[in-house]
Amino acid sequence: MSTSSTDKPLKQIHLAAHFPGVNNTTVWSAPEAGSHIEFSSFAHLARTAERAKFDFLFLAEGLRLREQGGKIYDLDVVGRPDTFTVLTALAAVTEHLGLTGTINSTFNEPYEVARQFASLDHLSGGRAAWNVVTSWDAFTGENFRRGGFLPQEERYSRAKEFLATAHELFDSWRGDEIIADRATGTFLRDAEAGAFAHQGEQFDISGQFNVPRSPQGRPVIFQAGDSDEGREFAAAGADAIFSRYSRIEEGQAFYQDVKARLARYGRRRDQLLILPAATFVLGDTDAEAREIAHEVRRQQVSGATAIKYLEHVWNRDLSAYDPDGPLPDVDPVPGENTIALGRASVRQFRDPLAVAEEWRERAEAKNLSIRELVIETTSRQSFIGSPATVAETLNEFVQADASDGFILVPHLTPGGLDAFADTVVPLLQERGVFRTEYEGTTLRDHLGLDHPDTGTRVRRVAS
Amino acid sequence: MSSSSSPLPPSAFTSAPLHLAVALDGAGWHPAAWREPVARPRELFTAGYWADLVAEAERGLLDFVTIEDSLGLQSSHFLEPDGRTDQVRGRLDAVLIAARVAPLTRHIGLVPTVVATHTEPFHISKAIATLDYVSTGRAGLRVQVTARPNEAVHFGRRTFLRFDPGDLDSPAVRELTTDLLDEAADYVEVVRRLWDSWEDDAEIRDVATGRFIDRDKLHHIDFEGRHFSVKGPSITPRPPQGQPLVSALAHEHATGAPFRLVARSADVGYVTPHDTERARAVVAAVRSEQDAAGRADEPLHLFGDLVVFLDDDPTAAEARRERLDALAGYAYTGDARIFTGTPTQLADLLLELQQAGLSGFRLRPAVLGHDLRAITRGLVPELQRRRAFRSSYEADTLRGLLGLARPANRYAVATA
Repeated sequence: MSTSSTDKPLKQIHLAAHFPGVNNTTVWSAPEAGSHIEFSSFAHLARTAERAKFDFLFLAEGLRLREQGGKIYDLDVVGRPDTFTVLTALAAVTEHLGLTGTINSTFNEPYEVARQFASLDHLSGGRAAWNVVTSWDAFTGENFRRGGFLPQEERYSRAKEFLATAHELFDSWRGDEIIADRATGTFLRDAEAGAFAHQGEQFDISGQFNVPRSPQGRPVIFQAGDSDEGREFAAAGADAIFSRYSRIEEGQAFYQDVKARLARYGRRRDQLLILPAATFVLGDTDAEAREIAHEVRRQQVSGATAIKYLEHVWNRDLSAYDPDGPLPDVDPVPGENTIALGRASVRQFRDPLAVAEEWRERAEAKNLSIRELVIETTSRQSFIGSPATVAETLNEFVQADASDGFILVPHLTPGGLDAFADTVVPLLQERGVFRTEYEGTTLRDHLGLDHPDTGTRVRRVAS
Repeated sequence: MSSSSSPLPPSAFTSAPLHLAVALDGAGWHPAAWREPVARPRELFTAGYWADLVAEAERGLLDFVTIEDSLGLQSSHFLEPDGRTDQVRGRLDAVLIAARVAPLTRHIGLVPTVVATHTEPFHISKAIATLDYVSTGRAGLRVQVTARPNEAVHFGRRTFLRFDPGDLDSPAVRELTTDLLDEAADYVEVVRRLWDSWEDDAEIRDVATGRFIDRDKLHHIDFEGRHFSVKGPSITPRPPQGQPLVSALAHEHATGAPFRLVARSADVGYVTPHDTERARAVVAAVRSEQDAAGRADEPLHLFGDLVVFLDDDPTAAEARRERLDALAGYAYTGDARIFTGTPTQLADLLLELQQAGLSGFRLRPAVLGHDLRAITRGLVPELQRRRAFRSSYEADTLRGLLGLARPANRYAVATA
């Protein structure tokens, strides 16, 4: 392409608010850190996001409390609400904000999840979205009657079939069945409303779905996988992909790769949005923001947290080591990680011996303690600076096609988004790259996505 | 509450005030309710419809609303789909309806139906705990089982034998009934243990040691039963009420299994006696099961369920019922007694049934758009005149409204 980026029309940025999670990004020790479970905290963040005209609120989920060394992990925030219940309650205190829930396809059944999403979509007037995740561990399975364990290679086939089945259920009502004609006494136009039959490897179910078609037809679908299989799954059917690339070159490579896959499925490039998670620290000046960011990093990585983090790589008990001292001279225990359970992030350390060697060298070269090394190594804030700097950097990222927007992860509950809403959003609006009012009422409207009925939806053949 | 196994008939002067709930379902309990001019049949799937109903119930100072649910389309047949198009079909998830109205109300309890047969106790436990958080202490559940083969096929994980109402007393059906209700009792046990799996003071935020929780105050529940095992703890901290309300509808059955579920697991049981004498017998039967379950000293409310057609003129109520039956094409009957008359007559009946040992009633409005208002604006003032119902909300939680203490945590080590 010879067209320079300045000739392109400006892209509109999409923004979402991630409720602070149960990991060490969230700072719970600050005096202004509020409750992670009271509804008022969720309502505060949702109202802030809506005031700032954000596209949606995002909730993550984990179905078993993390354990490390056989004990419940106690250094991060622990505990969260039921996703569907809190999102539906938030529909009562907001009018436009999209409501995105992470729901697992392994420890649920399609009929139940489909009726929950369809109900959320009805009760929010068309604002529901589903971040489809998969897991396979027997550890989490111990909380469920269906139990674990799904072989790893089956998790995408189950997720794919789960999603396809849920779509069959959503589409089992066309949307015109309820006529409620008092005079003739006809409530339903069609006695077969909701009829479905699915026979597959994972699910063999049939009958009638009992929730009529919801405003969005189907919830907006998010996908978070980064593997080749995950990217393909997203390209085939997701509306948005939640990535973790918050550096511009990596972001561009991911963006190009995923968008290029869409044509294979007959989809346009604007039918799949790429929205990485991003953290931020604001200050009056860039220098002040850097100082605050450094302090936040120290709050995020206490000495105890640093030792526990090192254990993810070493896969052994390191409690005897001093976080302010040098890295352990013993080597990691090879093989499957058995020390940190219920934590997906340990999979990033595919070769623990090499990681340990690299970290030791880095610590030695820069004279870093365990804690300092972990602070330097673990993901730092994506955007640090004055409101003007953050607005500019964020906009450049989107205009350079490294993403279509961001899912912002504040480090404080519930007020962590307040300053962003008050200072950065107005600057984005001045540049003409972010909405000043909601143009529509549904999440599909905010994201510029087609309603499934206007697209390529397969119509049920009357029998 | 005094020992519940020896309910003395209280005199009219000392009787405790009644508790009142309404059961919300579609346009009302009569199958032709949606055809009434006051009905809003095209709004049954909107938040506004449910918000208005619950606001009206709260205006009448009712203890709580229940919300019906099922894992298949409604049917007028005993166990099969009926293929009818002249009645309301389709519904929203009851827990989510309750969650949607919770932030809009302040005092009234919210008790959605949950189906134990095909769902996960882990999910339901955290859903009701979360409902308790979003309502700041007003959540409960009504546990229900299903033997419908068509609903089992929606999940594809188990099959049930098909049978007719006439086979209810056959050994195979008795076994299935007992099995489903025993499974529901296990289900409630898991849900309750998960609510207790966090002690109230588990969150410590100890900056000095960097610990957010005291993990010794979180507990694996290690439940192992015939139908499922659940490890725990919950991912959701102990809800505001400690134990949200558990309720169940129970009919007389040769096995005694429905009463046993209420006696073992519930805080409120709904029963369906058709007269005062039957009410005494039902109360005695449940109390006997309660003794057998070792819960004689624990409070257990028994509410009578009644379908109500209420008008200031008794002939108007009769005429309305006849008109609706004619529209439906058959005379509507069900498990519960159908009352047709004035609010004053209903007040007389409720106070009479109270003498049989019922501490409250769950009224099923025949037409929600009409009979709910007749309850809140007719029956309630009548009961208030007789000093038999509250004149303002006296507690902030559902347990509080029902006179139930906040229970100690089963896992907490007692400290003197």
